[in-house]
Amino acid sequence: MTTLDSSNEIQKNNSEATKTHEDFRMFGLITFLIADGMTFAGFFAAYLTYKAVNPLPDGAIYELELPIPTLNTILLLVSSATFHKAGKALLKDKNSDSQKWLFFTAFLGIIFLICQLFEYFHLPFGLTDNLFASTFYALTGFHGLHVTLGTLMILIIAWQSRINGGRLTSQNMFPLEAVELYWHFVDGIWVVLFIILYLL
Amino acid sequence: MTISIDPQKTNNESLQPKGWLRYFSFSLDHKVIGIQYLVCGFLFYLIGGTLASAIRIELASPMSDFMPRDVYNQVLTLHGTIMIFLWIVPVVNGAFGNYLIPFYVGARDMAFPRLNAVAFWLIPPSGLMLVASYFVEGAAQAGWTAYPPLSITTPQSGQIIWILSVLLLGGSSIFGGINFIATIIKLRRPGLKLMQLPMYCWAMLGTSLLVVLSTPVLAGTLILLSFDIIANTGFFNPVLGGNVVVYQHLFWFYSHPAVYIMVLPAFGLVSEILPVHARKPLFGYTTMVFSIMGIVVLGLVVWAHHMFTSGTPPWMRLFFTIATAFIAVPTGIKFFNWVATLWGGKISINSAMLFSCGFIINFVFGGITGVALAQVPFDIHVHDTYFVVAHFHYIVYGGTVFIIFSSIYHWFPKVTGKMLNEKLGILHFIITFIGFNLCFAPQHWLGLNGMPRRVAEYDPQFQFVNQISSLGALLMAISTIPFLINVFLSVRNGKEAGDNPWDALTPEWLTSSPPPVENWEGEAPLVEEPYGYGEEISERK
Repeated sequence: MTTLDSSNEIQKNNSEATKTHEDFRMFGLITFLIADGMTFAGFFAAYLTYKAVNPLPDGAIYELELPIPTLNTILLLVSSATFHKAGKALLKDKNSDSQKWLFFTAFLGIIFLICQLFEYFHLPFGLTDNLFASTFYALTGFHGLHVTLGTLMILIIAWQSRINGGRLTSQNMFPLEAVELYWHFVDGIWVVLFIILYLL
Repeated sequence: MTISIDPQKTNNESLQPKGWLRYFSFSLDHKVIGIQYLVCGFLFYLIGGTLASAIRIELASPMSDFMPRDVYNQVLTLHGTIMIFLWIVPVVNGAFGNYLIPFYVGARDMAFPRLNAVAFWLIPPSGLMLVASYFVEGAAQAGWTAYPPLSITTPQSGQIIWILSVLLLGGSSIFGGINFIATIIKLRRPGLKLMQLPMYCWAMLGTSLLVVLSTPVLAGTLILLSFDIIANTGFFNPVLGGNVVVYQHLFWFYSHPAVYIMVLPAFGLVSEILPVHARKPLFGYTTMVFSIMGIVVLGLVVWAHHMFTSGTPPWMRLFFTIATAFIAVPTGIKFFNWVATLWGGKISINSAMLFSCGFIINFVFGGITGVALAQVPFDIHVHDTYFVVAHFHYIVYGGTVFIIFSSIYHWFPKVTGKMLNEKLGILHFIITFIGFNLCFAPQHWLGLNGMPRRVAEYDPQFQFVNQISSLGALLMAISTIPFLINVFLSVRNGKEAGDNPWDALTPEWLTSSPPPVENWEGEAPLVEEPYGYGEEISERK
């Protein structure tokens, strides 16, 4: 059976022949996140340009209170850590622990969104009041959209990591790793946003 | 970690529709998707071409008598948007990229076949949306650039549909770009090195980097613009404290690289076609690769040369003039390489070769006017005149569209297994080449004499030259007829092509014509020298 032998040889040397290939879904996700980051970069560039060249009219209100956004920063940073915990737990086949950490992460995300909305409702300016206000809502809103999507995805993978019949196992880590990377990305963007929008 | 593809699923692949029906299905086969892109793009090209004809009919007389002025503005907006976002970008990237890249890297499909199909199927609905935006009350009339305050103050419902459609097309483009980067970098056949890839792979890698880095900025900009229109914010509205120049910066940060997104793949395609029909290796492979990457880097930092009349500060003018002039260096290197490839070659005069040579002639001309336009004193004089229109069409029609036709003549035998008729092809080339130059060369003169673009009426002294230009446009419209006849006749009863009618060495010619579903019956061949035509030359000597 020389043909069988040679095909085994091919299977060893050329993964293409066995219809398997390296997993590059993560590579694709990173490329996508670079693209997504460029959208934010465009927004930040617009904001900084406005700040530099378009003075606000007299009496325009743009002072921001710091407590809520600082709390939000802490919430997101902690949620990144809890997400990491979930991944570690899943790697050790502790699915129920992993699920708990995921639900806790999603909970932190929801608290973040509630705080964000609370801030929106208590700000002294609205979307169309002045250029700063519009840019503020556009930037935080676009980021909030990302947090909302991330929270939904965390809830989905938390459901998938259930013990009976869950798709997420230590053999199939990709959904968790992908959402985790996305979540860290959203956190990173928030830190940049916090510095540029609130601190500068 | 590896993914094993379930054999069950691969069998499902063969359960998908056969024959022409698969071109209307959510097929995951990269070859089917490539053809879907090409045919869909060509249909939109016919629509955009009809609109272009309407523009030239209007401009045959100095008064706006063929259509009212606002309709003229709507027509030119739709013409520009369709041609760029639905014809050039999808075809030169999506169609040829999907068809050829998996062959070139020795793969059975793209890296993400499902994402690929999604990227294609975003195009027909958003294209229909774009066309539909013309028929609603208040169609978009701010040009393909959608500059505020024009796009904010003109009737708005059509503009909003226009924005949504361009956003979807941008999304499709980004998904395609991600797929190409992953395929070229990650899915290469074992043993195939990066520097052994055919040049089109490099061109698509560069293009996809530009797509991924710049298209999202356009998306963000259009989102802000739609806020201005829908929610009455003032990002780009000076009345509300906004800044129109910020829009221009963000817009051109995408739209200047977009020119390279439209033309770099054409550079890649011509680098595949010339060596085959000149029977010589591609001259200067390494310099070609570095020029492409140089254009990618420089292409990201030249955008403000579109804005020299927008109150740009002097340091910015200086920087962007120098950066733009620098782009001529890698581009020039590529042109010398192509001419050197032809030099002393055993050139076959066929349709593919003629269109490629037409490309070289037209693009050199467009490139020279491009360097001229980069100079601030000259640019301020001819900004927003027909000189810019002429320059742009020399790049995009004389450059890219010529290469699209050249590529169709070159790869038609591979796709269908039938040869195209050479006599009709050469007739197509002659009419296109004469028509194109007759249409756009006189517009340089018009622009230098001060005829503004995007206006339905003009000074009667320009009438004669405009009529010459319109005559050229008529020839261009006619040139489509022999091409369409050729394609329909050849698909039905063209000469059998065989697997490799051009005796080419790149991998796609090493399989049957048309290729089987997973590209190769056995293992993918390892092509280490895609341009190894040298021995043949020495034999001839």
